[in-house]
Amino acid sequence: MTLALLLVACPALAGLAGLLVRHRNAARCLAVAAPALALCLAAACAAADPVGAFTLADFGTVRVSVAFDLSPAAAAVALAAAFVTFLVQLYSIAYLRGDPRYAPYAAQVNLFCAAMLLVVAADDLVLLLIGWEVMGACSYLLIAHYAALPKAPGAAAKAFLVTRFGDVAFVLGVMWIGTAAGTFRISEIQEPPAGAGAAMLLILFGCIGKSAQFPLQIWLPPAMAGPTPVSALIHAATMVAAGAYVLTRLLPLWPAELLLVVALVAAVTMVGAGLCALAARDVKGVLAWSTVSQVGFMFAGVAVAAGDAALFHLVSHAAFKGLLFLAAGVVIALAGTDGSLRATRLRPGDSPPAFWAMTIGLASMAGLPPLGGFYSKETVLGAAYEAGTPSGVIVFWAGVVASILTAAYAARLWLLLFRRGRGARERSAVPGLEAFSLWALIAATAGVGALYYAGPFTVPALHLDLMALLLLATLGGFAVIGDSWWRDRPRSGRRVADRDPARVLGRAQSALAEGLYAERLAARATRTAAGAAGAAARALDERLVDRTAVEGSARATVAAARGTAAGHRGGLAVYLRLSAAGTLVVAAVAIGVSLWS
Amino acid sequence: MSILLLVAVAVPLIGAVLAWAWRHRGFAHWIGVAAAALSLAAVALLPIGRPPEGSMVVGGRLTGGWWHEFEAAWAPPLHLDFSLAVDGVSWPLLLLTALLGLLCCAHNALGAERRSAPRAESRAAVPHATAAGAGGVAVSPTAERASAPLQVAPATLETGGPFPTADQARGVPAGPGHAADPATDPAARPSPTLTALLLAVQAASMLVFLSDNLILFFIAFEAVLLPMWAIIHRYGDPAARRHAAAKFALFTVAGSLLMATGLFVAVADTGTADLGAIITAGGVSEPVSLLVFALLAVGFAVKAPLWPLHSWLPDAHTAAPTVGSVLLAGVLLKLGTYGLVRVAGGLAPDGAVAAAPVLAVLAALGILVAGLVCLGLPELKRLIAYSSVGHMGFVVLAFATGTEAGLRAALFGNLAHGLITPLLFFLVGALKARTRTGRLDDLGGLRLAAPALAGLLGFAALASLGLPGLAGFWGEAFTVYAAAERGGAWLALAAAAAFGAFLAAAYLLRMLKRVSHGPVAPAAAGIGDVSAAEAAVWAPLVAGTLLLGLVPGPLLDLFAGGLL
Repeated sequence: MTLALLLVACPALAGLAGLLVRHRNAARCLAVAAPALALCLAAACAAADPVGAFTLADFGTVRVSVAFDLSPAAAAVALAAAFVTFLVQLYSIAYLRGDPRYAPYAAQVNLFCAAMLLVVAADDLVLLLIGWEVMGACSYLLIAHYAALPKAPGAAAKAFLVTRFGDVAFVLGVMWIGTAAGTFRISEIQEPPAGAGAAMLLILFGCIGKSAQFPLQIWLPPAMAGPTPVSALIHAATMVAAGAYVLTRLLPLWPAELLLVVALVAAVTMVGAGLCALAARDVKGVLAWSTVSQVGFMFAGVAVAAGDAALFHLVSHAAFKGLLFLAAGVVIALAGTDGSLRATRLRPGDSPPAFWAMTIGLASMAGLPPLGGFYSKETVLGAAYEAGTPSGVIVFWAGVVASILTAAYAARLWLLLFRRGRGARERSAVPGLEAFSLWALIAATAGVGALYYAGPFTVPALHLDLMALLLLATLGGFAVIGDSWWRDRPRSGRRVADRDPARVLGRAQSALAEGLYAERLAARATRTAAGAAGAAARALDERLVDRTAVEGSARATVAAARGTAAGHRGGLAVYLRLSAAGTLVVAAVAIGVSLWS
Repeated sequence: MSILLLVAVAVPLIGAVLAWAWRHRGFAHWIGVAAAALSLAAVALLPIGRPPEGSMVVGGRLTGGWWHEFEAAWAPPLHLDFSLAVDGVSWPLLLLTALLGLLCCAHNALGAERRSAPRAESRAAVPHATAAGAGGVAVSPTAERASAPLQVAPATLETGGPFPTADQARGVPAGPGHAADPATDPAARPSPTLTALLLAVQAASMLVFLSDNLILFFIAFEAVLLPMWAIIHRYGDPAARRHAAAKFALFTVAGSLLMATGLFVAVADTGTADLGAIITAGGVSEPVSLLVFALLAVGFAVKAPLWPLHSWLPDAHTAAPTVGSVLLAGVLLKLGTYGLVRVAGGLAPDGAVAAAPVLAVLAALGILVAGLVCLGLPELKRLIAYSSVGHMGFVVLAFATGTEAGLRAALFGNLAHGLITPLLFFLVGALKARTRTGRLDDLGGLRLAAPALAGLLGFAALASLGLPGLAGFWGEAFTVYAAAERGGAWLALAAAAAFGAFLAAAYLLRMLKRVSHGPVAPAAAGIGDVSAAEAAVWAPLVAGTLLLGLVPGPLLDLFAGGLL
């Protein structure tokens, strides 16, 4: 219990303290020490499995507890989150060495990590909700980090608002489950309570928002406006993965027939995001869409009720995606570009750490053995293969297609970055801390497959036929891209810069590169709806209620008063007439009353 | 201990009289601070010697008892006794009132706002450069003011008393005396009369929270109105203050007359005006219950405010000086919700059940309408004021559910709003004093110009949008829970409330985007960051917001033992 509490409290306190720190060195110490300590605590939690609870808030009919339950699988996720945060913090020291706003940045990264660890460790749905939303707020702060970047505030607000839109449903779902089950403790809810289906669909919507799955994927690509290490953090082990993680935690509550919804979401997202990644026009864009697609694999694991397979893929994804983003930051800095694929290119010899990091990361993502990605993707597809349900069939074939696409966009990115010769170079050396983070993540990416043999995950055994199919799919993807690349080889009259294997997509490429315009459409629709609703509300509130009803009644009173007063002014004749009329009225009333009684 | 109840009310009142009597002396402000501090200390000591939990359970839901009582006969034939009492429901509100009173008095005494405002001569230099740079076509508002130096700058007057600003407004360079320490320099601070009026509001509000007698309750409720009216009328924004003050007063008086009728019906029905006795007896008899509740609820709904009886609030807030807005949001609105929960709900529980759907629907509508209106508002203070309507909608909705969780959520949300919105008003007041504008179009780049101020504004905005881990979350999330608990059509209200929280995020992020982000606006260029005085005044609110968010348990336990 204490261990788990410390695991969350340590980065949280470091984050809060870091917000007050002005001195750079103190900020650095806090930044690195907290995730390092959290890493040790997560390792201790993995060994001890701390369980315990005390009441945080008592609302009479229901109470919120500070309750933790770190199963070995959850501890592995916590380890991955703390590990990636630690390396991101190390990397950021070098990456943001000239940034005046480094201190709040590092503090916010630690808060982010604390929030993720809270989500991972919490056994109480409301406690989980706290971490869940704090993570959204931290993502807002971090994406908006660059004050000079005009699109950063908008991207940050979009990330927060889209996930918060999902959270409307998430909060409702959590509260619904709480009222139906009478408790928020996940471990105490043994079977799906009444109305669990609707509540779980609401929660699913929240997870879709957080994990940027279809149809709420729109916030993730613009979120690239944040610093690259923040992208690594958001994509690898925290925010985006949190949605999939929460679904695996709540897997026992799912009515089996509703898993089909998860399967459809996963299938559409895996394939659609894979296509967008293949068409994307800049390095970070490819990686962003690939994240959406890879998290789709995790949702696929959930859809076939294989929570551990999903978590295994989450952990291996954390390693290779963290590696890829950090490497992308190095590559972009070395090439001295804004990250667009047209301009960014390096020779492998320019920077061995960057080259190897990209190569190993992309190979793992594409699913080449014996790297981590191969094992985890294999287990997800294996679980789908064994499931024998409609959801299993859907996600299996979607997964195979997505594997082909993964291999294709990985190969395209690798070829475009490293096989086009030398670009303009700004600097040549990779700072030591950045290189250390890259080598550490390379080791993790290569070694994470070992968790299959001796890990906390109970996953289906490897099938030889499936392995062959997956390898075939990967090689197929490579072949398509390689073929296109070969046809476009530099010959007389062709410019090298135009060489892009994404042209296999044909005319759909530009639409896909824009994410099928979903973002723009959603933005326009939201703006129109908000404008109309806001205008209607203001008309109702300011015109009708305030000006007509309230001030109107005041004006009417004043007018009546003026009229009455005017009626009492006049010459002698008017007064005489009024007195006579008044006397008559009084007399009539008096006679009438006396007659009536 | 009972005498502390009297001390808590009497000390600010005496302080108000003394501060007014010595209003031409330099130490008058500090009398006010001392009185408010003494009152806070007295309130803080109240939990000592309270009866143990559950010792006064009378049966039914959420029953408890008074911690301390103080009784003195006043006019027995009128059922009027000077009887004070405190319990777990009123004590946190008393503490909040005393704290905000102290902070407002300290804000005046330290001259926090005036000191941060730029000097006349330094401002005069900037606008000419701006106007020249803009080519004379797009004249910025500061430039307009500079070209008409005889015109009274509205923002200058808004922040304080009438006389010391005269030379600034005329564009006369401030003399050496103005650069002196504001703690000793009267020109740097608002008039002590403002402090006296603040203390009067505080004393009367505390009497409302403490009174155990319905007639006394009514008197105190009305007594709050007068000094608040004076604050807005005399120290408000010159362009709007008369209209706003009159609207505020007339609206509230109309509501309280209905409330008074309800109270008298209740007294006639039960034969006593003892609030605690009526509540423990189960309220008024069933036939008049709905009538009593309806009359009381309308009166309190004006004060709370509940949509559509809210339209005095944005005007009053926009016109009021910063400290006035702080007390208005932090204390006066709480009178409405406190009255609704304790008096209306306590006197007429049957009527409350019958009227609950109407209240709930209006509250949910208020949440949505306020959120949508906020999406388009161009002015900072008005935006915060409207957001209050939404937040109080959550409180009323939670109360209307009538469940145990709902009541606690209502009381918690009420208190959280009393910490967060005053903080926002303080911050916006400081911002307006610096930039002399509250228009979103004229602001921008605060993050670069004044990072600490921008950080605090971000914190307050996150708290206001109900971020978990901060005070605003518990009340609003469990409003959703309470509504979901009722099931059926209430689920739609739960969804409306949850969507309202999303709207709050949308309009607050819009505000942050316009104020904090982007390039530095001319109005925000060269402004000072948070001063030590300001930090001292704001720190308790920040700490309270964080504390209530992380450790909500003790406060909820207090509510559980309350007499409702």
